[in-house]
Amino acid sequence: MQFMLLFSRQGKLRLQKWFSAYPDRVKKKTTRELITLVLQRKPKMCSFLEWKDLKIVYKRYASLYFCCAIENDDNELLTLEVIHRYVELLDKYFGSVCELDIIFNFEKAYFMLDEFLLGGEVQESSKKNVLKAIAAQDLLQEEETPQGFFEDHGLG
Amino acid sequence: MNVLKAVSMPAPKRLRDLIREIRSSRTAADERAVVNKECASIRESFRDQDNTYRCRNVAKLLYIHMLGYPAHFGQLECMKLIASPRFTDKRIGYLGAMLLLDERQDVHLLITNSLKNDLGHQTQYIQSLALCTLGAICSAEMSRDLAGEVERMIKSSNAYIKKKAILCAFGIIRKVPDLMEMYIPATRSLLNEKNHGVLLTAVCLITEMSEKSPDTLHHFRKLVPQLVRILKNLIMAGYSPEHDVSGVSDPFLQVKILRLLRILGRGDAEASETMNDILAQVATNTDTSKNVGHAILYEIVLTIMGIQSEAGLRVLAVNILGRFLLNNDKNIRYVALNTLLRVVSADYNAVQRHRTTIVDCLKDPDISIRRRAVELSFALINPNNVRGMMKELLYFLETCDPEFKSDCCSNIVIAAAKYSPNKRWHIDTVLKVLTTAGNYIKGDVVTVAIQLVSETSQLHAYSVQQLYRLLSNDISQQPLAQVAAWCIGEYGELLHSATVEEEEPLQVSNDEVISLLERILANNNSSVVTKEYAITALMKLSSRFSDCSARLRQVIAQYGSSTNVELQQRSVEYSNLFVKFDNMRSALLEHMPLIEAHPHSLEENFLDGQEEVNLLADSTSSQSNGHGGNLINQPSENGDILNILSANTSPAAAPANNKSGGGAADLLDLLGDLTTDAPPVINNSVLPPAQNLLDGFLQPTPPQSNLVNGSSSLSPMAVFNKNNLLVEFTCQRANNDPTRTVIDMKATNSSVFPMLDFVFQAAVPKSFQLSLQSPSGTTIPPVNGGHITQVIQLNNPQKQPIRMRLKISYSQNGNMVNEMAEVNTFPSELWQ
Repeated sequence: MQFMLLFSRQGKLRLQKWFSAYPDRVKKKTTRELITLVLQRKPKMCSFLEWKDLKIVYKRYASLYFCCAIENDDNELLTLEVIHRYVELLDKYFGSVCELDIIFNFEKAYFMLDEFLLGGEVQESSKKNVLKAIAAQDLLQEEETPQGFFEDHGLG
Repeated sequence: MNVLKAVSMPAPKRLRDLIREIRSSRTAADERAVVNKECASIRESFRDQDNTYRCRNVAKLLYIHMLGYPAHFGQLECMKLIASPRFTDKRIGYLGAMLLLDERQDVHLLITNSLKNDLGHQTQYIQSLALCTLGAICSAEMSRDLAGEVERMIKSSNAYIKKKAILCAFGIIRKVPDLMEMYIPATRSLLNEKNHGVLLTAVCLITEMSEKSPDTLHHFRKLVPQLVRILKNLIMAGYSPEHDVSGVSDPFLQVKILRLLRILGRGDAEASETMNDILAQVATNTDTSKNVGHAILYEIVLTIMGIQSEAGLRVLAVNILGRFLLNNDKNIRYVALNTLLRVVSADYNAVQRHRTTIVDCLKDPDISIRRRAVELSFALINPNNVRGMMKELLYFLETCDPEFKSDCCSNIVIAAAKYSPNKRWHIDTVLKVLTTAGNYIKGDVVTVAIQLVSETSQLHAYSVQQLYRLLSNDISQQPLAQVAAWCIGEYGELLHSATVEEEEPLQVSNDEVISLLERILANNNSSVVTKEYAITALMKLSSRFSDCSARLRQVIAQYGSSTNVELQQRSVEYSNLFVKFDNMRSALLEHMPLIEAHPHSLEENFLDGQEEVNLLADSTSSQSNGHGGNLINQPSENGDILNILSANTSPAAAPANNKSGGGAADLLDLLGDLTTDAPPVINNSVLPPAQNLLDGFLQPTPPQSNLVNGSSSLSPMAVFNKNNLLVEFTCQRANNDPTRTVIDMKATNSSVFPMLDFVFQAAVPKSFQLSLQSPSGTTIPPVNGGHITQVIQLNNPQKQPIRMRLKISYSQNGNMVNEMAEVNTFPSELWQ
């Protein structure tokens, strides 16, 4: 996988993960272009788009679009499963996730993605293991923040 | 005011409050104001070296960055967070590094050092953060610096670290393939692991290694039995909630293994044999009620078709795709089309069976599906189905998006040429393309169409009448107009003749035909090239419709004042053909010789003739545009001829362009060169006999005038002296540079009549570059009462002896005079 974007139906970027080095300018342009392209497509259409030499696989969950760019010989259908797995993970973690959860806890959404994918490949096929790792790290974070102090010293 | 107060207060705004505030701003300007204010306070806090809130500030910055605002001033702060002992700091620091870091060298070094430290940390989650960041950034230097650490961690007994290290190795090899060697030993034992994360990542790594190096591929072939066993265990194992996805056992791992098997089994009978059974099992046992089952079947089809699998298995695979094609899910249909295209060469007949379904997909509203379907449709055309397929594709061409049209036209024309059942059908198809896709057609289709019509002599009458009909319906489509104009010009007299039986004969008068071409010429929407075709067609018609000669002459003459140089030139030259060479006109305008598929002899003839044009083309193309008026040759046009001839692609274009290209002057050139074995010309011109004849008087070559021996580069040398016209060159090096020569041309007229419309052209061999500046005038006064000068700049990068051909034209007493000469007496000091 080359990159993954999350954006809203209004075209607002909610998360971006780049697995290869792109200049900032290219990232911005790509994001803009893909958001427009994907939002233009009708609901009945297939989830794949051929874009430059990449294949865009996207899926809409409520108000959010999950959009992955894969290489031509990657499995498009499995990429849909990757997206779905990520949504399931977020859902388990936040407890029926919605767009607002991802907006206000964007860093947690990133942490989750980093436990699921690494360098653009799936690193863990067990949901349980991913959630366990995240829980353990959240605990670490909580432990080092003095009690009652969190509100002021954590991310808040 | 509240905001201001908050900023100045010691504890900075919390992330959640900032997000809330940004979300509540009503306009983009509001949002920008909030962000700018916050960025200012974050910067200030960074400047104060505040440690307590650095983490919170960087987190806010990351949110601001996602909104598209610049946030790179936070890079160094991320480094500081990473260096902090606190886990929270590190977590946000590494996240920031992954999001904000660009390829800047200095920061890179810093982060590489931090990564090195944290990879050796005793807390696995800190190691994990470092591995994750390494996997995300993974620049070449970083890969080299940390490759050893990663290798050590692959051997870790902790599966959590192991899987991440394996994917880091995967990224490192992808970036720096030389580092592959060091990972091979550690990789071997990875498939013995039970942990799915480790297996999954290990298969990824082995796949990457095998794709990168054939030796490694060979080495890993012995893993096939082990991979087969893992796959077997996966599908045999009962329900395992941890790894199941809607009843399919770990699809992520299955797909990765299937892909690796494809790579290991490709071109290897033994490995392929080992996997046959398991592939059959997976293909038949996978539950396809959900997308995930299709994902696995999709992968298995690719593997079956990619290795040397049994015939029965291949049939199974194509049948799976056939089922995919009928699926209601658009995604699965898309995948089927995509895969059928990949396997069409392996199993043509099996794919052919699904033709009707595929053709139906041409009408799908989804562009992704249409794109796949149209490619596949072209791949499926054969002599048996060409009529039906073409009908569908022509219909598709009519309705498809503009982005498809141009390629689709070219593909239809190619397929029609390959599989046409008969000539009539072939011509009809090409004409249909011309009328359907109009201006989206690429130039190659025009030449192919002309070639086709011209070589099908038995259908000349039919073709020209059809084209006339089509053109009179619609003159706005340029490619159609070009083909039609060429054919009407060429076969105009056949417009009245009887054609194929069932067609009604065309009832059209010569005047109507001329009016149609006239309309194309006058139409503002016609391209210049189309107008060029049209004017040449009119000229040709002057010998086909002898009764209309006067009208044609008048029409053609109108364009003598065209603002387009090429059109004006053609008009003037054609008009001259009426006046001065009327006796030769019909001979010059004869039918083009029938073009055969491989007209070698013809082509060679033309190639011989081209040499001259070649030189001139070079010279004219480098001329400045200020030249104005009567250029003898138009660069692009000649360039085309040469390209076409040398590339040997489309012989049809050569004569077509030739006739239309240079007009009379060009024809004279060609005749001149074809009829003489032009002996090497020494100093003054030797006229080709043909031209002399045309000039109407034979003149002996004048005695050679003073040969300049190259004594002084500054003294003028006479390069042309005939009919009282003297052309002298004064040569010198530019800036004393042997590769650059500046020549001052001076032309004087010692006759008693002025020379009008004087045009001087020069051409040099390909190794030189020449540019002619604008001449001082176009009229040379009589009795040496004045002169024309023109500066020639010559670039001679290879320092070769300078040779030059000249072409001079002028009119005197109402007679056009065309002269040529070769100059090879330039003093050697110029380039030595």
